[in-house]
Amino acid sequence: MDKGLKKFSGSQLVVPLFALFLLIVFNLIRDVGFFSINIITNNDGNTVLSGNIISIINGASELAILAIGMTLVTSATKGQDISVGAAAAIAGSVFVSVLRGTQITLPIILGAFLACCIVAIIFGSFNGTLVAAFKIQPMIATLILFSAGRSIAYWINGGATPTVSSPLLVAIGGFIPGFPIPTPIIIMIMFVVLIWLVLKFTNLGLFTQVVGINEKSARLNGINTAWTKLLSFIILGVCVAISGVINVCRIGLINHETILIDIEMDAILAVAIGGNSLGGGKFNLTGSVIGAFIIQALTVTLYAMKVPSTAVKAYKAIVIIAIVIISSPIVKEYALQLRDKLLKKPTKIMEN
Amino acid sequence: MQNDIVLSMRNICKTFPGVRALQNVEFTLRKGEVHALMGENGAGKSTLVKVLTGVFPKDSGQIHIAGINKDVTVKSPQDAQNLGISTVYQEITLCPNLTVAENMFIGRGNYKFVNWRSMEKRTTEILTKLDIPARAAQQLSACSLAVQQMVAIARAVDMDCKVLILDEPTSSLDEHEVEKLFSLMRELKSRGVGIIFITHFLEQVYEICDRITVLRNGEFVGEYETKDLPRVQLISKMMGKELDDISALQNRKAVKAKSDNTPVYEAIGLSSAENTKAFDFKINKGEVNGFTGLLGSGRSESVRAIFGADKITSGRVMVNGKNVKIKNPKDAMMHGIGYLPEDRKRDGIVEDLSVRENIILALQVMKGFFKPFSKAEAEAFADKYIKLLGIKTASSDTPIKQLSGGNQQKAILARWLLTNPKYLILDEPTRGIDIGTKVDIQKLVLKLAEDGVSVTFISSEIEEMLRTCSRLIVMRDRKIVGELKGEDMTQAKIMHTIAGEAAQNG
Amino acid sequence: MKKVLGILLVVALVLGMCACGAKTPAATDAPKADAPKADAPKADAPKADAKKVIKVGIVNNPPSESGYRAANVADMEKVFTEANGYKASTFYSLKNDEQLNAAKQFITDGVDYLLLSAAATDGWDAVLKSAKEAGVKVFLFDRMIKADESLYEAAVVSDMANQGTTAVNWLKAQKLPEYNVIHIQGAMGSDAQIGRTAALDAEFKAGTMKKVVQQTATWDEAQAKKIVESVINSKEKFNVIYAENDGMAKGAVAALDEAGITHGVGKDVVVMGFDCNKWALRELLAKKWNYDGQCSPFQAKVIDEMIKSGKVASKKVISEEKGFDANTLTQADIDTYGLGE
Repeated sequence: MDKGLKKFSGSQLVVPLFALFLLIVFNLIRDVGFFSINIITNNDGNTVLSGNIISIINGASELAILAIGMTLVTSATKGQDISVGAAAAIAGSVFVSVLRGTQITLPIILGAFLACCIVAIIFGSFNGTLVAAFKIQPMIATLILFSAGRSIAYWINGGATPTVSSPLLVAIGGFIPGFPIPTPIIIMIMFVVLIWLVLKFTNLGLFTQVVGINEKSARLNGINTAWTKLLSFIILGVCVAISGVINVCRIGLINHETILIDIEMDAILAVAIGGNSLGGGKFNLTGSVIGAFIIQALTVTLYAMKVPSTAVKAYKAIVIIAIVIISSPIVKEYALQLRDKLLKKPTKIMEN
Repeated sequence: MQNDIVLSMRNICKTFPGVRALQNVEFTLRKGEVHALMGENGAGKSTLVKVLTGVFPKDSGQIHIAGINKDVTVKSPQDAQNLGISTVYQEITLCPNLTVAENMFIGRGNYKFVNWRSMEKRTTEILTKLDIPARAAQQLSACSLAVQQMVAIARAVDMDCKVLILDEPTSSLDEHEVEKLFSLMRELKSRGVGIIFITHFLEQVYEICDRITVLRNGEFVGEYETKDLPRVQLISKMMGKELDDISALQNRKAVKAKSDNTPVYEAIGLSSAENTKAFDFKINKGEVNGFTGLLGSGRSESVRAIFGADKITSGRVMVNGKNVKIKNPKDAMMHGIGYLPEDRKRDGIVEDLSVRENIILALQVMKGFFKPFSKAEAEAFADKYIKLLGIKTASSDTPIKQLSGGNQQKAILARWLLTNPKYLILDEPTRGIDIGTKVDIQKLVLKLAEDGVSVTFISSEIEEMLRTCSRLIVMRDRKIVGELKGEDMTQAKIMHTIAGEAAQNG
Repeated sequence: MKKVLGILLVVALVLGMCACGAKTPAATDAPKADAPKADAPKADAPKADAKKVIKVGIVNNPPSESGYRAANVADMEKVFTEANGYKASTFYSLKNDEQLNAAKQFITDGVDYLLLSAAATDGWDAVLKSAKEAGVKVFLFDRMIKADESLYEAAVVSDMANQGTTAVNWLKAQKLPEYNVIHIQGAMGSDAQIGRTAALDAEFKAGTMKKVVQQTATWDEAQAKKIVESVINSKEKFNVIYAENDGMAKGAVAALDEAGITHGVGKDVVVMGFDCNKWALRELLAKKWNYDGQCSPFQAKVIDEMIKSGKVASKKVISEEKGFDANTLTQADIDTYGLGE
């Protein structure tokens, strides 16, 4: 048991879990009922769950999905894709433009999703090709789409902020009739499970990490390094398509300027808060997902505290700086030393 | 006598998670001596040096330095420097794109004003005094490795050091360069500098060292006068057992001839983008051959071409008599070829991953993207080879970077053995690892050959090649200049061929 | 392998190019005539036949900036046509220095009028002086700049503060028993945010309305939804949502719908938005929202009239901007004043 504790306290998940725990405790002290869940009937007549916990998980859905893709890209390419927000704007615009002017049915929605997936994958491949084949720094390579993406979305939308409305879309962005949990949460869980299965039944995890840690060695062991990098961008493309569609369905509108704005920074932050190195290599997806929840929990907390609009960003920055410093190697080293001191007696007995 | 001691370390202990790196280690260094620190990989040599230079804090024990009345605690490498302890590492830690003079003075003291002229003048003085063949204004990267090493030493010496630590300084130097380094060491010795010398080359120890301290498994074995300790004794102390392995190896020599004559791999006119001349090469089933030549002669590039590690520009390749295409490492692997690269750290290990993942990597790649091994399978593979090769690791989950060099090498070797290769290329498998592991690897090579695996073995130590190979391909200036077999395989003959004199002598 | 990568890259590139190509009018590097050529021979345009063609240079922000801007650009294109007697050249940029260069170029090219919606308020003095020397008359539209009044003929602008006051006055006229307001702000520091916040802030200060929450969603619809969700979760009472644009109002309404809170005419919560997008006005028509404040992008007509008549009523012409009430809105209003589509 002691060993388990020791192993856990050395793991990269300690800091993010601790931060999440602190946020929860802080909110409970502030308001005991903060995390209560209510059962209510919404305007479509469905019985649904509501409450801050639901809001946090629901609100973090897109971010969690993107953070997973971002983690893979970070691991394989030692860099980040800063164009995910812009790419999501394109994906969302494609989704809406397929749906507009047609009778919205489930097959059409699936078709629209497929179309936006393909487009997102093409743009992901564009980034991936620049990085993998032309060996351009990921941030520089994705800077292109970062600056052009929302203009492309504008062009797809024909200049306006088109709206789409259908009960089916509400079911994707809100609740499926008869099911009390928000659909974005379900989609996120399904995606997490899917990725978990992919990691379990393929060598995606191993190959990605090997490429990220030592590309030369990866090549000499027969791994196609360019493909591996490209693949990470393609997977991120799928993540972008899914989050774009969720975000569009939430509101029933695509605004190329604001959809998932600044999400790339939050996604990168989620990866970092999750204890993953932005320098690539080893990764832990659980950490990134927890990172996404931390960011969303922080946002919801600030809203609940009615922090003035002008100060929101400053508060966020302070908390994030604290988390990042706590998880820095130097503080970690110190904490581990402290732990060893505290645990010294029992370990000695065990060794003897 | 007591006054001669410049450094003494008593009862030094250091523990890493899961590993006891040092336990009650003693070390005494006297003025003006060269003191070898010997031990197998993982014995604790590097850890001791790192404790001494403040890279790691010690858990317990005392360090005493001449001229300071109380025990000292070395907090950082900078601190060590101030105490007069300088280190020159195996990998050169200077800045290759600065000049020699800049490298000599960078990071020393807090000078607000840099007087380039006087800096260069002072550098030239030092260089001349120590007889180092470099110019102050020369860019460091333009110097040979040996000279770079010497500059690093000169820099250390100029900082008024009492203790100079040389960690594997000779592993990438040729014989001539080693000789130069030694004369520099003798010069320093005569000035009263105490030198701690870490190396794997026994000859060098006996050539230059006055005393030897032996460590084994993090424990202190003993301190000996070099002249009182015969080589066999030293090796047995390092390994902790009586050594008859080397003689055993000699007896196996007869076996080598047994390889049959079916070529496993054959290349005609093979060349790669790495500037190799097109060459023909053939290896039979169960044969052990070697590529030899000076560093940079193209021997590594040639075997890399065989494995498809660099872009192949021309050539026809046959495996088991059938024409095949080998364009990249994966192709080669699928045809049963394995390659252990020369630079373990750069091309071999995946440092952050576990020993287990490192071992299964190649086989996993061959099996395919969609067919990962289950954790149980992977563990079984890893455990089997950890046991078989005696890899010293806390568990198969330990990141490979925490292992010592020799054990890392064994893990990479395990990686390729696991793929069950028909033809295994080992490029410098014994570089920078301890004598025990070296012998293990040589034995393994012969064992593989007996089992019908063809092996290409490359080593800078000709002795080793002579012991294991039945055929030697000699390279010079990126082309094959000779092939030696049977009676011809003598050290002298090889030297002559490398030097290009064989033809003239007839 | 390489081949596949190559093909992928080419496909992605071509797509990118198409997209870029198609949006070139939005962000071209040189001033470019935008007037439709097909209408040129028409001679029956009023007044135009007698006079020579009026040359105007328009410096604007790119239509991709926002739905508002798109409508603004479309309005300009609709009025300054050859049929109407104009030869218009247009330059779009979000960068002030690029706009400055384009303006200089227009002056050198000898336009009669320079129409300007500046990216930033500073740095225009020199250019406007040289325009004056060259006899080019300058009209500002949509945005004011920091320059002496004598340097331009007139400025046709929206008064954001006025929009806020109109909206708040309408809200007060509803005579609700109490006012518990969720105030969702735009990007902090933007003109629209400052203007639309001011009137409501005054009410909060006076104590006539209660501020349940005042938070910025930086124009982001999803963010607005989260803000409202947070208030709902806290179980605080509210009966008004004052969102500083339509998108954020829509986000807020999505949160209400999910929580089963009714909204619109005669319902629990009053919903207010700004900008008069067509889809938003349709929500009003369906009585799901209560109010939408107009922010007129239609300045072209006013400028056109001033140019043609040569009379300038005042230095600062405030665009007439309405506030629409769900109870009185008609389909005709949507067709006339609605933006987009």
